[in-house]
Amino acid sequence: MTQNVSRPRDSTDKVPSAAETPAWRAVLFRADVRTLSLLGVLAVLILIGGITKPDQFLDTRNLQLILTLASVIGVVTVGMTFVIISGGIDLSVGAIVALASVWATTVATQEYGFAGILFTAVLVGLGCGLVNGVLIAYGGMVPFIATLAMLASARGLALQITDGRTQIVTVDGVLDLGERDSYVLGIPPLVLVFAAVTVIGWLVLNRTTFGRRSVAVGGNAEAARLAGIDVRRQRLYLYLLSGLCCGIAAFLLIVLTGSGQNTNGNLYELDAIAAAIIGGTLLTGGRGTIVGSVLGVLIFTTITNIFALNNLQSDVQQIAKGAIIVAAVLVQRRTASTT
Amino acid sequence: MAPQPPLLSMSGITKSFPGVRALDGVDLDVQAGEVHCLLGQNGAGKSTLIKVLAGAHQPDSGTIRWRGDDVTLRSPIAAMRLGIATIYQELDLVEHLSVAENVHLGHEPTAAGFVVRGRAARSSTAELLKRLGHPEVDPGRLVGDLSAAQQQIVSMARALSHDVRLIVMDEPSAALDPDEVDNLFRIVGDLTADGVAVVYISHRLEEIRRIGDRVTVLKDGRAVAGGLPAKSTPTSEVVALMTGRNVEYVFPPRPAAAPEHGEPVLTVEGLSRKGEFAPLDLQVRPGEIVGLAGLVGSGRSEILETVYGARKPDTGRVLVGGRPLRPGSVRAAVRAGLGLAPEERKAQALLMLESVTRNVSVSSMSRFARLGWIDRGAELGAARAAVRELSLRPDNTNVPVRTLSGGNQQKAVLARWLLRGCRVLLLDEPTRGVDVGARAELYAVVRRLADEGLAVLLVSSEVPEVLGLADRVLVLREGRVVHTAPARELDEHRVLDLVMEGSPAS
Repeated sequence: MTQNVSRPRDSTDKVPSAAETPAWRAVLFRADVRTLSLLGVLAVLILIGGITKPDQFLDTRNLQLILTLASVIGVVTVGMTFVIISGGIDLSVGAIVALASVWATTVATQEYGFAGILFTAVLVGLGCGLVNGVLIAYGGMVPFIATLAMLASARGLALQITDGRTQIVTVDGVLDLGERDSYVLGIPPLVLVFAAVTVIGWLVLNRTTFGRRSVAVGGNAEAARLAGIDVRRQRLYLYLLSGLCCGIAAFLLIVLTGSGQNTNGNLYELDAIAAAIIGGTLLTGGRGTIVGSVLGVLIFTTITNIFALNNLQSDVQQIAKGAIIVAAVLVQRRTASTT
Repeated sequence: MAPQPPLLSMSGITKSFPGVRALDGVDLDVQAGEVHCLLGQNGAGKSTLIKVLAGAHQPDSGTIRWRGDDVTLRSPIAAMRLGIATIYQELDLVEHLSVAENVHLGHEPTAAGFVVRGRAARSSTAELLKRLGHPEVDPGRLVGDLSAAQQQIVSMARALSHDVRLIVMDEPSAALDPDEVDNLFRIVGDLTADGVAVVYISHRLEEIRRIGDRVTVLKDGRAVAGGLPAKSTPTSEVVALMTGRNVEYVFPPRPAAAPEHGEPVLTVEGLSRKGEFAPLDLQVRPGEIVGLAGLVGSGRSEILETVYGARKPDTGRVLVGGRPLRPGSVRAAVRAGLGLAPEERKAQALLMLESVTRNVSVSSMSRFARLGWIDRGAELGAARAAVRELSLRPDNTNVPVRTLSGGNQQKAVLARWLLRGCRVLLLDEPTRGVDVGARAELYAVVRRLADEGLAVLLVSSEVPEVLGLADRVLVLREGRVVHTAPARELDEHRVLDLVMEGSPAS
């Protein structure tokens, strides 16, 4: 199991260090077995889709739809990935998305137009994240329980605000974002937001002190504390980050559906956790990648799409998702034990 | 008639962990009905040996014979089935279960194969507790609500609930009051009268004289003496066996003049924590290595962690460079220039999944970052420089820290503080899990850092290490400093006498 660490070329001083290697090579060589296998799964899925429904699946509109649907859950998953890497869990993401989407689409909020909706969604997300973070980091609550409580209360509050009714968005600026006219080079704006969140998430995780601290806290909280890291503050920030991602996702959902509903974001927590796990994030913390999580989201969304195109019911989809989670974890365990 | 074969006979047992040979051909014979004591300093291999005996570790080689037959102890259950029970120092009870449930854990009396017969479990537990001299413990109470001594009784009841022929007790008296120790000895006496053998581990020579029949002394993974008579072997001989070295540690020379002048950089005033250590005063000057010597449970690690702010003191304060630190704040301590190399390196210091670079830079990240953005080139360069200065191998810092040997992992921790530029280094058991060859190198590194102006506070349960490395030594017993002297005025016998002398039972 122990690798032979002293490869011959490392004995010289001229070895190019990680920082000196060209970026493209670093990216290529970092694309480890796990990422490659996820890409392989995605390729197989696209092949299956292309074979079973060649006209419908590979249609530009369908591909745009897959990416758009992936964007909402994808943004949530990026936040979730950070939380899980730090050894936590956020069960409240779906409920926060629901609350943010209805709060941002009340008649009163809509009077403030585009900015009103956007800021409200983001602020509600941050507010819920703050409550989660304070309860967990400073109140000493277990993340599972604190966010479970948030799940229940945020959903309840969302229902109270809407009274179960769908709140139609009348602000043109918001609705326009969902129209084909606003696509950039054929890419829906929602997908661009998702791409931006992914890139920023990757940079934050891999290139900033925030990312390092998140990994350290998840890998060994006691060691992080004794190394002088403010573990509690870091935990607070992480749940704030997850809340922020939920706020952004809520805004995307408002654009996508042209409405706010208290049933929005149903079971997002499970989808986001599942995507992170098949992407290789350790549920115990300390290891995970944004790329893996995003690939996980794309895999799930593509499966759902293929199943829908082939008129398979959602029960079959659920069974397939479950099987994929189990398969992914088993494969990862094998690759982990051989390296 | 041929003499009865010993109940247990272990021979040539070896066991290696990465970087350490914990057991190097140990023999141990135990007769039915005897109290066989295991003696040895920390790291001598006692716990590894009893874990092999309990089936928790598999030996690399060697044979185990049980009542004359070769056996393999594949798992703790296999050992238990033979009648070997172990009572560990850290009790392995489930706090949220009742006494009776704990005692019968894994072999509950059942009806129809699966319905637990709670009443039967409770009454048999009550009987066991009575036999152990603690009829007052209610079998229905939660174990978490019991005192340490009572928990130990429960642990023993659990051992006796099996058909046990050999009980291993690892420092059973460490957590007990004098009366409780008397009760423990009575129980040991009853057990041996019934023909049960007891393997008894203790640091307290006096206890061994009171209840022991024979003594086996371990040192550096070897049995240096087996089956000595416990009552008549002179203390000096036992201590000599425990301390005499096959491998002489090489300590770096001390500077000609101890830095007795100069302002102390670390000052501890009246620092105490209830139940852990009594008010402590000490000072460490730049360039000086101060050692705390004492046994497990003497409060050494607790003192270091309190100085470091990882535990909040009840009284007293810590000053660095004359300025008091905010009590109970690791961050304040780190900012003021303290660095800790903790006792449990893997659990308390290292990020095992991460590279050496990241482990080294974790406490200085913000120095390489602008607005949170890390300049990885600068980080890597600095981490490499720190690692090279300590000649950590391999010097490729991109490898995961878990692939390093114990000694090099410790160097990675030291490099972390070197990079941070700390002024006071707190070393807790710096050579635990470090093999003998690498120790001398680590000692040289620590001395060099001190010579460069670092103040070092060193804690070790290995007396020669403290004496060889430190300039000044504080001897601790049960949370109290009992002696302070320059290291060159002390020797190992004297220190061992000071720390082992007296037991609560006397």
